[in-house]
Amino acid sequence: MAMQKFLLTGTGGQGLILAAIMLAEAGIYAGQNVAQSQSYGPEARGGASRAEVIIGDEDIYYPKVERPDFVLTLSQEAYKKYGLHLDEEAILIVDDTQVTEVKPRSKNFYSLPITKAVRAHFGSEQSANVLALGVVASISGYLSMDNVLQSVKHRAPKGTTEQNIKALEIGWKMGLKAGENQENKHCQNEGDES
Amino acid sequence: MSNPKLMQGNEAVAEGALAAGVLFYAGYPITPSTEIAEKMAERLPLVGGSFIQMEDEIGSMAAIIGASLTGLKALTATSGPGFSLMQENLGYAVATEVPCVVVNVQRGGPSTGLPTSPAQADVMQARWGTHGDHPIIAITPSTVQECYLLTVIAFNLSEEYRIPVILLMDEVIGHLREKVVLPDQLTIVNRKGPDVPPGEYLPYENDDSMIPAMANFGDGYRYHVTGLTHNQKGLPTGNPEVTKPFMQRLTQKLNPYLDRIQMVEEVLLEDADLILIAYGCSARSAMEALHIARGRGLKVGLFRPITIWPFPQKQLEKYVGRKFLVVEMNTGQLAGEIERIFGNKAVERLNRIDGELITPKEVLEKIGGLCNV
Repeated sequence: MAMQKFLLTGTGGQGLILAAIMLAEAGIYAGQNVAQSQSYGPEARGGASRAEVIIGDEDIYYPKVERPDFVLTLSQEAYKKYGLHLDEEAILIVDDTQVTEVKPRSKNFYSLPITKAVRAHFGSEQSANVLALGVVASISGYLSMDNVLQSVKHRAPKGTTEQNIKALEIGWKMGLKAGENQENKHCQNEGDES
Repeated sequence: MSNPKLMQGNEAVAEGALAAGVLFYAGYPITPSTEIAEKMAERLPLVGGSFIQMEDEIGSMAAIIGASLTGLKALTATSGPGFSLMQENLGYAVATEVPCVVVNVQRGGPSTGLPTSPAQADVMQARWGTHGDHPIIAITPSTVQECYLLTVIAFNLSEEYRIPVILLMDEVIGHLREKVVLPDQLTIVNRKGPDVPPGEYLPYENDDSMIPAMANFGDGYRYHVTGLTHNQKGLPTGNPEVTKPFMQRLTQKLNPYLDRIQMVEEVLLEDADLILIAYGCSARSAMEALHIARGRGLKVGLFRPITIWPFPQKQLEKYVGRKFLVVEMNTGQLAGEIERIFGNKAVERLNRIDGELITPKEVLEKIGGLCNV
């Protein structure tokens, strides 16, 4: 599998660093090497947040992501900062509520109702990070649901485990469905809620 | 060995400290080192240890010295601004020969600088931040696994040679999460106690080992501890005949043990025309660049000083006649040291001081300009 590089971007407070930690830990459960890092400003809430994960079976020297294979953006600001200028082969996943202005991209683009699904199921935006993790992990196809589930159970904050498992399952299905649609259409697509 | 775990660098330092037998932590939280304090606050009470949040870093350093004098292994962690405040008491620990470990997770400076961004600009402060001629040990982890292992080694060196050891980290490695495998067995070194009765004990005995036995307060040995230059009993003196042997022993006490203190990693050096010298986070960029360069047929190697102070000069001198490129996140603090060994002409520099990690691409470009294909 060589090396897979993920960027999870959005706003501080959305829980993307936790999602990245879960993704990296799933990589360890899958027997891979991982490197997980983040960059952020001094504030705990707000500001552009960027969490990075590298998963691979080789030694990881440079621990930061330069040319990501998968980019998730959960805010318009993060899209502007990290969603443009990607390699053609990179897969871009955006939330269709938070990221409304996007530059057309011929392929490898998914605008998905992540926020909408979380609100519909849980009545708040809590667990959007884990739902998004499910989407990214399933679209990437490099990790098994079992590995991701194990890390979500291990890392979910106390009292939120059940909701986060549910969120993971919804996200996983959303990702699978979107992936199928993409393969069928071979063009830009809009995945919808399962 | 344990199952592989995902661990953050700072977390691995705390785990390593606990594995080394630390029972005391005093500190004042500061980014990017805070996770070490958080972990110690959570864990120490569970193993019968103590965690104190101090009023500042001056107090933190004083507290760990006091704890160590009673026989406990003691730790503090900080970043640049706090490390500056620790310098006075760091010198006190050197002069009174009290083992302790000080973690400095480097961030951008000077002053408050860039709290959440990496830098490696405290290299010279680690060596000469406290005043007066003195020995010091500083070690620089480059992976999360090393954060764990080198913390254990930091305590071992500190106990064995009665000296404060600085674990000189950086924001990248401190906040990085990687796979860590905890070894089943670790070598743990504890300070050597006196083998004479209290009446005959000399806490600063000038013997051939150069490392006096250390009695712990509370064990029945009474002695005097002072930052003033002292005689073998620990009492202050201004007598040049006493001062000279004390200072000679103090400043040279690591010399017989350098082979055991100076750790380096050498990668593909045998046929290398160009030797990269890098440590901590910069070594990660250098390693990536090295492998790409080798793929292009360029004869590049890496010399990574894990022990940065005392600088492993003897190990590096083997490579006299080669060309060197020192890659570091400062304006050339270690490069100056390499130039001292090989002269200016043999040494090139790659520096970055904007809070961003040096990229492999930058290293490669520099390599390309220096290597004849």
